Amino acid sequence: MHNLALVILMAIPLVASIGVFLLKPSQGRIAKIVSLVVALAIVVYVVVLTARFDTAPHAPRFQFQGSWVWIKAFGVHFAVGVDGIALVLVLMAVVLVPAVMLASWTSFDSRSGAEEEIVGTRRRSAKNFFALMLLLEFFMIGVFVATDVFLFYVFFEAMLVPMYFIIGSFGGPRRQYAAMKFFLYSLVGGLLMLASVIGLYVTTGSRTFAISELIGKVPDGATQKWLFLGFFIAFAIKAPLVPFHTWLPDAGAEAPAGGAAILVGVLDKVGTFGFLRYCLPLFPQASAYFAPAILILSVIGILYAAFLAIGQRDMKRLVAYTSVAHFGFIGLGIFAFTTQGGTGAVLYMVNHGLSTGALFIVVGLLIARGKSRSVNDYGGAAKVTPLLAGMFLLAGLSALALPGMSTFVSEFLVLVGTFTRHNGLAIVATTGIILAAIYVLYLYQRTFQGLVSTRVEKFRDLNVREVLAVGPLIALIIFLGFYPKPLLDVINPAVKYTLSDVHKTDPAPKLGPVAGGLK
Amino acid sequence: MTATLAATTTITTPSVAYHALAPIFIVLGAALLGVLVEAIVPRRERFSVQFLVTLAGLIAAFVTVVLLHGTRTATPSPRGNNPAFAGSIGVDGVGLFLQGTILLLAVLATLLVAERSFDTGSSIVASAATVVGSPEDRRLARTGRVQTEIFPLLLFAVSGMLIFPVANNLLLMFVALEVLSLPLYLMAGMARRRRLLSQEASVKYFLLGAFGSAFFLYGLALLYGYANSVDLVNIFEAQRTSGQSDVLLYLGLALLLVGLLFKASVAPFHSWTPDVYTGSPTPVAAFMASCTKVAAFGALLRVLYIGFSGTQRDWRPIIWAVAIASMVVGAVFGITQTDVKRVLAYSSIAHAGFILVALVAVSKASVAAVLFYVLTYGFATLAAFGLVMLVRDADGEATHLSQWSGLARKSPLVAITMTILLLSMAGIPLTSGFMGKFYVFQAAWHTAGPLVVIALLSSAVAAFYYLRIVVLMFFAEPPENAPTVSIPGAASAVALTVGLVVTVVLGIFPQPVVDLANNAVSLVAR
Repeated sequence: MHNLALVILMAIPLVASIGVFLLKPSQGRIAKIVSLVVALAIVVYVVVLTARFDTAPHAPRFQFQGSWVWIKAFGVHFAVGVDGIALVLVLMAVVLVPAVMLASWTSFDSRSGAEEEIVGTRRRSAKNFFALMLLLEFFMIGVFVATDVFLFYVFFEAMLVPMYFIIGSFGGPRRQYAAMKFFLYSLVGGLLMLASVIGLYVTTGSRTFAISELIGKVPDGATQKWLFLGFFIAFAIKAPLVPFHTWLPDAGAEAPAGGAAILVGVLDKVGTFGFLRYCLPLFPQASAYFAPAILILSVIGILYAAFLAIGQRDMKRLVAYTSVAHFGFIGLGIFAFTTQGGTGAVLYMVNHGLSTGALFIVVGLLIARGKSRSVNDYGGAAKVTPLLAGMFLLAGLSALALPGMSTFVSEFLVLVGTFTRHNGLAIVATTGIILAAIYVLYLYQRTFQGLVSTRVEKFRDLNVREVLAVGPLIALIIFLGFYPKPLLDVINPAVKYTLSDVHKTDPAPKLGPVAGGLK
Repeated sequence: MTATLAATTTITTPSVAYHALAPIFIVLGAALLGVLVEAIVPRRERFSVQFLVTLAGLIAAFVTVVLLHGTRTATPSPRGNNPAFAGSIGVDGVGLFLQGTILLLAVLATLLVAERSFDTGSSIVASAATVVGSPEDRRLARTGRVQTEIFPLLLFAVSGMLIFPVANNLLLMFVALEVLSLPLYLMAGMARRRRLLSQEASVKYFLLGAFGSAFFLYGLALLYGYANSVDLVNIFEAQRTSGQSDVLLYLGLALLLVGLLFKASVAPFHSWTPDVYTGSPTPVAAFMASCTKVAAFGALLRVLYIGFSGTQRDWRPIIWAVAIASMVVGAVFGITQTDVKRVLAYSSIAHAGFILVALVAVSKASVAAVLFYVLTYGFATLAAFGLVMLVRDADGEATHLSQWSGLARKSPLVAITMTILLLSMAGIPLTSGFMGKFYVFQAAWHTAGPLVVIALLSSAVAAFYYLRIVVLMFFAEPPENAPTVSIPGAASAVALTVGLVVTVVLGIFPQPVVDLANNAVSLVAR
């Protein structure tokens, strides 16, 4: 078991990041080009890996596995491997990185490129931003491919550090506050999880952290519930699930748009990924025990966050709240314990990463033109910048899960999967779709429709670089909207494995033909 | 815990295992040599000669410790009529590990003390006895003269620290306590800048330290009354056989603990720590924060694990309480601090609490965890104090937090180093601090699960003030009269580099040191 494929994948961004850090501040241009080339190379690499991933019915759950002893005394291994869930999330993460890099190309070069004027700040080093992005990419890949709980925890916590610097060094006026809040919230969750990680190690007595060895070893009862809660709270803060969400609007609003896209698009997925990879298989009884409460929290999250999003004036906060609502759907899909729900939730994670990433990027592009995050400062921009308006609308429509967009497929699967087990909750959650239409279209209407405001008159439309940043993401969303099969083929077996860990089988299909058609 | 018999029962003259005591003798010899150097070497050369003598002594002692690695010997107690010949000094795995750690940290502290490129002379006063502000004082301050006695004082303190964690005899432990404390009281008052503050710190430390010692001595007397012996082994055995009142035992232990916890700066016996660390010359504070703590926890380990391992159920609640108090005080009060050195002081109080968490679980794993933790903590703290020396304005070190704003602009290297050290103290993965915390909590989980959760939550609180410094350094704009960042000279550059490298390497590859700590788990009682 010494497949180096994933180790090489992790090494590329790490080495590139160190290289870019060591460049001189004046070599910003080289830094950007190197980073972008590396990020694109990684995309190609992961696409090749995905193509070689075995989706045959009896293929092994984890593939490309490699395991090396790291800390012998604690039984810790540097163990990596991907199942379908991890693979598609890695794919989503690495696709988002070059898009963010392109969108942030000039953000830190000059005052005019910056999103917001911050009085008295010196120019920030573009080189450091790109190096941090690559470092973050290393941690993001690591957190998804780790198959050792200790290793996962290390990446889970270490990932905070580059994001903290991205928010704190490159963010908006209240960036210090936002960076601190982000870090402390995540750290509290992380430390509770550490308690559970240690508890897991001690109570199972297996002297190992390998996830495959730990599954089924945790004794049922109070211990399992406590350990579950440690993991769950950490992931719920990360995801974020209402009521652990209050850091996200601040962090999302103050981070630079590119950072916010990665933060909400990828980092938060680690929370929902953690539910599937760790909470469910390791603590099946506790998961079942807490599932009703989590489902209700998810539905509350969908509605509550949607209402808050409707009321926001700050565009980045608005997008952040839409994400909280979407995480409600993902939570619903995961804890419904059905194959459709689970598959839908994983697909939702991928789609939401792409769609929110795109939305944050276009909002960032708009803000960079108007130097204000407030909706009130805009109006009628569609007449001046039709291309930006088009991209904005498409990204927005994907956020409200319009049929034809990939997000529709996943939202539909989640709702169907939930309905088969909890029809009441599914019905309530469905109203979230209507609310989504309100906040997206209302935002679009206030910024791009109506009279052209004076601030907007001089806007220039998207240039080629900016189109290249957003275009592929939108194209991918539409493509997957019509043809999600390649992803579903990869995801489905992994979800089945996960549900078999929880000893759950799908209820008798009431909506069989529809679901079958989608699969 | 293994117990080996060093001497047979028939010999009447104690056979001292001189080789096992060699590190202590070497350091004491170097200290005495330092006193002679003070008397015969001309003033001009004195600083460099003293520096070399100190460094050579410490390194030679460290080499001896390495050579002794694996020995388990005890040298007999002076009480000749005791047929068992209980050892008064047990040079065992734990003792050697701690001695090695103390010596390495002392070498780095010596390098910081010897740093002369920041200030005229060094950060040590020219003449500690001169009245502050007098014409003579002002004249001397401008010269490069330094009170070079600090080097032999440091060596004497180290010799006490070497005996402290290997003493199996409470009277000897008390002597070691005094030998390590008295030079520290003096050293605390030897700051070149802000001399009054330094002298205040010295007096405060002395008075409170004297109280601590008195408590220790009183406890010792009561325990003697109980067990009719001051050897830890006999005290342990007396708990099964003695007909004396248990009040003597428990009161004795309580008073003994006060003395030890005072030295380890554990709340509620911590109140001296922030003031003394702030007032002392920074290299001395670095020395106190790292070495003294290592020695004090070594002694605590020995007293509790040898002398009182039979009455765990009685002292465990006390350690629980002080551990919680220490973690909470360190975390909460640290938040309100505005001075970097005070922040580090409260951080050291919080860390003392974490070490106690491991101490509560009496097991092999907990001993190894304590050993590993004090090592990681010592290096990170020493390097952090060393960095404080670099940030200076016209009045010397600029320790107010507001002066650290925007430091990353001036010196990214210093800011990044400080960040790594602070992240280590906060216990973020890929630093030694995380591995230490993991080790401690894993050892304590079974016996003290709730304590582990409290520890984790308080480390989340403490993370706030570590991060606040990072926020200031990186995300804030520099103030008008921003301090300058000195380029470290060779000596302190070495100390800082070693501290940083240990912190990073142990965070990524802790295995060798974990093994060393695991293999070192043996306490020789007699």
